[in-house]
Amino acid sequence: MHELSLIANLFEIMEQKAKQKKAKKITYVKLKVGVLSGAVPELLETAFDIYKKDTIADQAKLEIEKVPLKIRCKECGTETIKSDLVLNCGKCRSTDLENLEGTELYLEKMELEIE
Amino acid sequence: MKKKEVMILEDLLGSNKKIAGDIRKKLSEKGILAINLLSSPGAGKTSLLEQLSEVLAPKYQMAVIEGDIETERDAERIRNKGIQAWQISTGGACHLDAKMIGKLFSEIPTDLDFLFIENVGNLVCPASFDLGENLRCVLLSVPEGDDKPKKYPKAFITSDVLILSKTDLLGKLPFDIERAKKEGLDVNPQMKVFQTSAVDGTGINRLARYFIDCLKELRRSHA
Repeated sequence: MHELSLIANLFEIMEQKAKQKKAKKITYVKLKVGVLSGAVPELLETAFDIYKKDTIADQAKLEIEKVPLKIRCKECGTETIKSDLVLNCGKCRSTDLENLEGTELYLEKMELEIE
Repeated sequence: MKKKEVMILEDLLGSNKKIAGDIRKKLSEKGILAINLLSSPGAGKTSLLEQLSEVLAPKYQMAVIEGDIETERDAERIRNKGIQAWQISTGGACHLDAKMIGKLFSEIPTDLDFLFIENVGNLVCPASFDLGENLRCVLLSVPEGDDKPKKYPKAFITSDVLILSKTDLLGKLPFDIERAKKEGLDVNPQMKVFQTSAVDGTGINRLARYFIDCLKELRRSHA
């Protein structure tokens, strides 16, 4: 359960950005969470609800977009979305791959109230 | 009051990654190979380090950072081998992060060859936190079962080395070593696989030689 420390990092980023934009409130927060990010979306939601009390985001709605694992084969160039965790190319079975998506853990955007 | 949507695109682990990157750069420039050991509690990380110290310490300078939730026990075991060790007691946190390593940085001797970091025993959370290591090793011990890589994939996907430990128990427990290897290589085909036993000494020399080769490679690339 390291989600609480991830959410603590999130609030640091949120509060810093809100300050830069001179926002009074944060009303909406969107995260992108890859299937291999190591974070559990449901636990992030719980941690967010615990953390947001008495902050600039106490009314904020959290949305989490789950991102599946997408790989590209370095040999044949095929891009595959993997539903299992056998990491080989969907076409030629090569294991020489690059991860395109699925490991990210990003604050994508926020909605702010600005006076 | 007006509403405004702003795009941010910031990594929640961005600050950890930055600190880890700085640590890796500084250690690499000093020619120190940092190795992060990950596993469930009780997979034999400390015993492996005790055995490795027998092989490495006569010729190389090594030190160990021990991460645990509580107690100084693991650091004491390492110090009993004559090896410098620091204990980080996280006081409840389930993983080490780069900031914790950074705080110790000024105490790390500059003439080291190997800096081992034994993470908090946990096969889940530590996988998400880069500590500035050059090599990440995940241990899977025979009593844990051969099916763990796909159940706890992140630890295996992010590791460079898979160490199948406690092989002296093979044959006594229903652990299929070929299945364990296959499961590990399915989720991460690039991993190097080693088999070790801290009880009968199997594989310790081979693993130590691999670390020495990695150290040489690091120094070549930073020469």
